[in-house]
Amino acid sequence: MPEITQAKKRNRIQAWMDDYKAMNQKDKRRAISNLLLNNAMYIIILIAVIFIAIREPKYMSVTSIVNIITLTAAKLPIALGIGGCIVLTGTDISAGRMVGLAAVIIASMSITDNRIFPGLEPLPIIVPLLAAMAACACIGFVNGFSVAKFKLHPFIVTLATQLITYGLILIYLKLGTNNGQTLSGFDPTYREIVTGTLLTLGPAKIPFYVLYAIILVFIMWVIWNKTTFGKNMFAVGSNEEAATVSGVNVSRTIIMVFVLAAIMYSLTGFIDGARIASVNTNTGFNYECDAIAACVIGGVSFVGGTGRISGIVIGVILLQIIFTGLNYMAVDQNYLYIIKGIIILVACAIDMRKYLTKK
Amino acid sequence: MAQDVKKAAGTKTASPMKNPVIHDEKWKKDHPVILQMKEINKAFPGVKALDGVSLDVRAGSVHALMGENGAGKSTLMKCLFGVYSKDDGTIVFDGKEVNYKNSKEALEDGVAMVHQELNQALKRNVMDNIWLGRYPTKYGLVSESKMLKDTKDVFANLEIDVDPKTVMSTMPVAQRQMVEIAKAVSFNSKVIVFDEPTSSLTEEEVEHLFKIINMLRDRGVAIIYISHKMDEILRISDEITVMRDGQWVATEPVEDMDMNRIIKLMVGRELTNRFPPKTNKVEKEVSLEVEGLTGMYSNLNDVSFKAHKGEILGVAGLDGAGRTELLETIFGVATRKEGTLKLHGKEIHNTHPKQAVKNGFALLTEERRATGIFGILDIMANTAIANLKNYTKGGLLSDAAMKKDTDWSINAMHIKTPSQKTKIQSLSGGNQQKVILGRWLLTNPEILLLDEPTRGIDVGAKYEIYELISNLANQGKTVMMVSSEMPELLGVCNRILVMSGGRLAGEVDADNTSQEEIMTLAAKYV
Repeated sequence: MPEITQAKKRNRIQAWMDDYKAMNQKDKRRAISNLLLNNAMYIIILIAVIFIAIREPKYMSVTSIVNIITLTAAKLPIALGIGGCIVLTGTDISAGRMVGLAAVIIASMSITDNRIFPGLEPLPIIVPLLAAMAACACIGFVNGFSVAKFKLHPFIVTLATQLITYGLILIYLKLGTNNGQTLSGFDPTYREIVTGTLLTLGPAKIPFYVLYAIILVFIMWVIWNKTTFGKNMFAVGSNEEAATVSGVNVSRTIIMVFVLAAIMYSLTGFIDGARIASVNTNTGFNYECDAIAACVIGGVSFVGGTGRISGIVIGVILLQIIFTGLNYMAVDQNYLYIIKGIIILVACAIDMRKYLTKK
Repeated sequence: MAQDVKKAAGTKTASPMKNPVIHDEKWKKDHPVILQMKEINKAFPGVKALDGVSLDVRAGSVHALMGENGAGKSTLMKCLFGVYSKDDGTIVFDGKEVNYKNSKEALEDGVAMVHQELNQALKRNVMDNIWLGRYPTKYGLVSESKMLKDTKDVFANLEIDVDPKTVMSTMPVAQRQMVEIAKAVSFNSKVIVFDEPTSSLTEEEVEHLFKIINMLRDRGVAIIYISHKMDEILRISDEITVMRDGQWVATEPVEDMDMNRIIKLMVGRELTNRFPPKTNKVEKEVSLEVEGLTGMYSNLNDVSFKAHKGEILGVAGLDGAGRTELLETIFGVATRKEGTLKLHGKEIHNTHPKQAVKNGFALLTEERRATGIFGILDIMANTAIANLKNYTKGGLLSDAAMKKDTDWSINAMHIKTPSQKTKIQSLSGGNQQKVILGRWLLTNPEILLLDEPTRGIDVGAKYEIYELISNLANQGKTVMMVSSEMPELLGVCNRILVMSGGRLAGEVDADNTSQEEIMTLAAKYV
């Protein structure tokens, strides 16, 4: 398989070169500008990396690269989930809050000094994990069901459910004698399972959750490319009507995409709770922004029906490279928001450009 | 519709072929009824779409279903497939009563359909589309190798030459159509419905399709064939059912039918005087001069012509010949790469529709629903939209002025509507088209570019549109009219430009030409 793709890629470049040689001066200029524009995101990122690396050589150190990898791994599951919603031409802005809910649920059953359920000793980690997955899956089901059956736009649905989820988080944190306080002081086994050292690279340690992220990438790749559900998902995203007349259960496909996405969010919550070692009402807040941006940069288009898991991985990595770089440059946190916003705008505009039919 | 009918009637050379089988009692005995739809009723709010329609389809036969737009053919098929649920009536398939709730049930039971609008996932490849809804799996995972093999088998069987891994959106429409047909066949269905399968096929591909249909018929498959093309129907079908206004009109074996009879049954009356007399006078003065027009993103290539005042200039050609692109490039919707436009000898630019309107151009677009009407807005809004700056007083819109002009448009265009406040989407196609025509006339254009002005419009309303066009030419305006219906071009225009492969293949005098001559030119650069 890899050889074929390689060969294909070479052919495509070859074909482009042949076309290019055959063009006149005016068309050549246009072809070049098209090439640059369509790959502008990658070019900008490459320039940024080179610039930062020259200014701050530490940026290219092993520690820094391992840092980028681990942060990428932490942010991957949510992006993998949201990617499916985007393939359906939808979105999911309840993702971040669901991460928070999952983290809160898991934390409430894994802290040593438990004020939410007074006297509860940390449970075996599988129990809180399953509870969090189930809770998120329910919300995902509500999302999917509303989109599929009431024909609501996913934006509206998830706008509503993210509020609902936030309310649930606030109420949950008021249970017992906790009174909305931050949860911390986790059971060491939970932290060890997530953040324990997988292997050591010089001064840097790679935690276990990098391995989990890799496993999730593999599972999602299989689901997207090798299962009937995955293929149906792309068909529904590409042309819902065609899927219906071909006998695809469109509603079920949509619901499954949202439920699967919700489960991925709960796994993000599982990793994040242990990674940050404390959980509060704002855990997960706005995570969906980065995830959506990563998907779009990676070629999962809002026009629907297109996207690859590899693209999502690349998108998350590229975003992380930029943000880590900006941190190295000691850019003010406030400016980071502006830069993020601009990146999302530019990425979407470039993506849309590919699908516009020119007249 | 009726126009297509006449078009077919005109090309006498192609039509004498007729299915030679005699459909007598013995034939009927050999081909038992496999699908029986009895007394199907279906009402939508305000309309009775199907009124006690019955249809018997025989195994191993081709049953043509004919009727004008809105006669209820598609509604009947949608009731069969469970897209609509019928109000009452029974459907018996293969000896048992069936009541499909969705297409999945129908497909699994052996009833398939080739849809008129290509319902395909364009971003996916050919085999993903063919096996959509029933991917072969192995250990719970989709087996790509089996898909590939099965697709190749189906294609080999049907002699279709398409790479199963091609992405649909990169293929021409005709090939996608063949994929859709292959998909329907691959279900091994006992009944296959073809809804206007040849609308985007070339002659050669139509032959290929007929070969496939004949093969299916020999295998005992029952085929329901919906088409407007008379010669095709007479050639391929065994029995013909005609519908009109949601009602069954007649079912007869093909040997008892001919074109005139079918037209009469479809329309319910004899059609005479389909076109108003050509009273417009073509003046010497050239109004529009186009030279070397070439599209930036379209195939439009070096088109030059002159149009006169008071002239109705037709534009003929096959799908993809660049007719729409020609109008759009003149109007500035599509980007021009090279070429000049001159209006009364003065060069104009028209790089944007706004400029074109200012220069006195108007464009009636091809896809009325997609790019013509604002469906949920009322008639007044739809009328005023291209001309809003004329209604502003002190920065605010004057309702009175808009109302007055809308009234004028309703009267002048003979628009049948309860009021100005009626949403345009609730009008018939013909009346919608008249509203849009009125919209453009209010901008007082000199050059009217009409792209398929009578598409999807009833026969009676067509006549009125022709009259309006003729009146405009009489007022000294220049009308350019693109149409796929050749009799219409011959009946309405003074001169016809024939496009082929993005180029101007020739130009003919409408009164001294034939459909054959136009067809020959249209195929020049294909």
